Amino acid sequence: MQRRISRWLMAGALAASGTLALSACGSGFQNTPSGGGATATSDLTSSDSALTVLIGSSGDAETHAVQAAVDDWSQDSGTDAKVVAASDLNQQLSQGFASGKPADVFYLSTDALAGYASNGSLLPYGDLLANKDDFYPSLVRSFTYDGQFYCAPKDFSTLQLEINTAMWKDAGLTDADVPTTWDELSAVAKKLTTKDHVGLGISGEYARVGAFMVQAGGNLMNDDSSEATADSDANVEALTYLQSLLKDGSLRFAADLGAGWGGEAFGTGKAAMTIEGNWITGGLKSDYPDIDYSIHELPAGPAGKGTLQFTNCWGIAADSPNQAAALDLVEKLTSADDQLAFSTAFGPMPSIQSAADQWSSANPDLVPFLAGADYAKGVPTAKGSADVVADFNGKVGSLATEDPKAILAATQKNLEALLG
Amino acid sequence: MTTTTERPLRDGGHRGLRRGEAASGWLFTAPMLVLLGLFLVVPVLMALWVSLSDWGGRGSPFSGGVGFVGLKNYAAVLLGGGLAEQDFGMSLKNNAWYVVLVVPIQTALSLFLAVLVNRQILRGRGFFRTAFYFPSVTSSVAITVLFLFLFSTTGAINAVLGAIGINGPNWVNDPHGIFHFGASSGPAWLESATVLDIPLWDWIGGPSVAMCIYIVMAIFTTSGTFMLLFLAALQNLGGDVQEAAMVDGANGWQRFWRVTLPQLRPTLFTVLTLGLIGCWQIFDQIYTGTRGQPAKTTITPAYLSYTSSFQDQDWGQGAAIAFILFVIIVIFTLFQRWVLRDRRVSRRRMRMYEAAATRGSAR
Repeated sequence: MQRRISRWLMAGALAASGTLALSACGSGFQNTPSGGGATATSDLTSSDSALTVLIGSSGDAETHAVQAAVDDWSQDSGTDAKVVAASDLNQQLSQGFASGKPADVFYLSTDALAGYASNGSLLPYGDLLANKDDFYPSLVRSFTYDGQFYCAPKDFSTLQLEINTAMWKDAGLTDADVPTTWDELSAVAKKLTTKDHVGLGISGEYARVGAFMVQAGGNLMNDDSSEATADSDANVEALTYLQSLLKDGSLRFAADLGAGWGGEAFGTGKAAMTIEGNWITGGLKSDYPDIDYSIHELPAGPAGKGTLQFTNCWGIAADSPNQAAALDLVEKLTSADDQLAFSTAFGPMPSIQSAADQWSSANPDLVPFLAGADYAKGVPTAKGSADVVADFNGKVGSLATEDPKAILAATQKNLEALLG
Repeated sequence: MTTTTERPLRDGGHRGLRRGEAASGWLFTAPMLVLLGLFLVVPVLMALWVSLSDWGGRGSPFSGGVGFVGLKNYAAVLLGGGLAEQDFGMSLKNNAWYVVLVVPIQTALSLFLAVLVNRQILRGRGFFRTAFYFPSVTSSVAITVLFLFLFSTTGAINAVLGAIGINGPNWVNDPHGIFHFGASSGPAWLESATVLDIPLWDWIGGPSVAMCIYIVMAIFTTSGTFMLLFLAALQNLGGDVQEAAMVDGANGWQRFWRVTLPQLRPTLFTVLTLGLIGCWQIFDQIYTGTRGQPAKTTITPAYLSYTSSFQDQDWGQGAAIAFILFVIIVIFTLFQRWVLRDRRVSRRRMRMYEAAATRGSAR
C-alpha cells in the first residue's frame, strides 16, 4: 500500500515539474500585442539593439553582396547588423517567430507571405517606405495581403523564351522566325524537333505552364488572389494548346527528358528552346558555359503578351525590437544603387522603375526579361495556395494524357476551399 | 488476510538495512528522468496542445491569444473533404504500401542473412557480416542521393537495362501505381468509392515506381541492422535443443521452422516492431530526395506533418497528423503483439505430436 502511495506521489511530482517546465517555457516567450497596422513611422519600435538579416542565399556571390550592402549601412547608421545565410529559410523563420525572437529583416517569398501575415508575425510597413511609389505595381500587389502592402519587393524575375543558337541555325531558321504567336511557336518547335532533341523543353509545373494561361487571358487566381479562376475558358485553352504540342512531340517536360529543370534540358542539348527566368543566365554560365543562346519575349497568345513573375520581399518582423532601423535598412537595400549591385552580383532585376533604364543599358541581352514587367502576372498568394499549386504540378506532369478540364476543375475546387 | 501477514515483513525491510534505497534509486535516475521529461514528455504535451489549438506559429502556444478548438484540426485532416484530407489520404496510402512491402521483406531477408552468416562452415564470416551491415552505418542522406543517381533516366540502372535492350522507365518521375500494371483508369465502382477522398482504385494501385525506389532502399539499408539482432539471438540459442531435434530425426528445414524460429520469437517481435515504427516514420529520405514528387506519390504522414507546419503555418494540423500517426503505430504494434502472442499448442498440432510419440514408443 505504502509503496503504491509513494508511486503516486512520485507521479504527481513528475507532473508538477512538467507543468513547471511548461510554464517556464511559456515565460520565455514574449507575449507582445499583435503587430498589425503600423500606420506611422512613430509607431515603430526603436532601440539600439543590433539587427539580424536572415537570407535564403543562392550562393557565396549573393551572401557577399548582401553582406557588403548591410555593412555599408551599419557604418552610416551606427547600428550593428549581421547577415545570416539560412540553410532552410522557412524553418528558421518559423522557429524565430515561435520563440518571439525572430530575425529582424529577412527574405520572404510570395507563397509564404499569407501564412506569416495571417498570424501577425510580419510588420506591414509597405506604406511607410519613402520609395513606395517607385516599385512596379504588380510586385506591390504580390505583397499585398488583406489590403495592406506588407513588405518591399527585393527584386524580381520574369519568364521568357531561350533559344539555342546552333540548333536554330541548323533547322534553317533566321531572326525573322522568332515566334510571336502560338501558331508560330508550334511551327518552330516542330521544325526544331529532331531525334536528338525536342523543340521546346520546359518544367512541367504551374510556374512555367502558367505563362501560357496568362497569354490566353487567364491565371489560377485573379490579381489580388481573392478569387479562384482556375477553371476559366482561357486556362483550358492554354492547357489544350500545350497538350497539342505534347502530343505532336515538339514539347516535352524536363522530367520526361531526364532533366531536373528546363535549364538543364536546355544546357544538355535535349531541348532547342526552353522557358525560364533570369536565373537561367547564372545557371548556364556555371554549368554549361559553352552553350550559345539568345533570349526573346514569349509569343503572344489569344489575349496578347503574357508571362509570370517571381519575386521575394524584405520582410520585417512584428516582434523586432528595432523596426525603425530595419525600415531604414530596407529602404537602402531597395535603392537603385544597391539593387543594381545585387543584379550584377547574382542576377535578378531591380524591383523599382527608376533603375530600369540603367539596368537595360548594363544588360542589353536580357532586356526581354525586363520587358515582361509590363504584362507579367504574379503567382497566387492566398494562404495555402502553395499546396494547391503543388497539387496542380503533380497533375500537369501527365498533361499529355489527362483532360485539361479535369485538372483545372480539381484545382478550382481546391482554391475555392482556401477562400472559404 | 494474507496481506496483513506480509506487511510487517515488508515494512521491516524498510526499517532495516535497506532503508532509503528507494530514495537513492530515484536520486540516481533523477538526471535521466529530468532529461526525458524536458526533452520528451514536455514537447509531447506541448504538441498535443498545439494539435487542439488554433496556434498560428507566432509566440508561445500558451499565450492568451491562442484558442482551444477541440478536434477541429483532426476533423480537417480526417473529414475535411479538402486538400488537407486528400493529402493525408495520399500520404497514408503511400506509407501503408511502404510498410506492407518493407517490413516483411526486410525481416525475412535479415533473418536469412543472419542464418547464413551464423553457419560455422562459412568461410570469411567476418567479411560477410561487415559487408551486410555496412549499408546500415552509412548516412541515409548519402544513400538517398546515390539511389536517385542510380535510378535517374540516364543512371546506371537504365544503362544496364539499355545494354540488354530494355528501354528503362523514368523511375523517379513515374507516378503510376505498380499494381495498376499500366492501366490509367479502373472500373467505375472503384473510381467512385473513396476513403479519405482518395478513390479505392488509387488505394489498391500500390506504391508508385518512385516509391519503390525508397522501398528497395529501406530494405537494403535496414536489413543489416536487423541481421545483427537475429545473429545475436541465434548465437544465444543452446545447441542442446538442436541436438535433441536431430536425435528425434528432424531434418534441417524442420529444425529451422519448428525449433529455431519459435525460439527467436522475442527477437522477431523486436525486429517487426522496430521495422514498423521506422517505416511509418519515414521522413529524411523523402526530405532529401523527391519531396513528395511525382504527383504526391512519395508524401508520407511524417513529411506532410512537417510541410503543413513549417511551410503552410498550419501548426495545428501538422501536430494532429503527428498524433494520428502515433495512434496508427500503436494500433499496429498491439495487433502484431496479439499475432505473435504465446499460444497454447493447437489441437491439430497436438494430435500430430501425440501420433509421433506413440509411433516412437511403439517402435
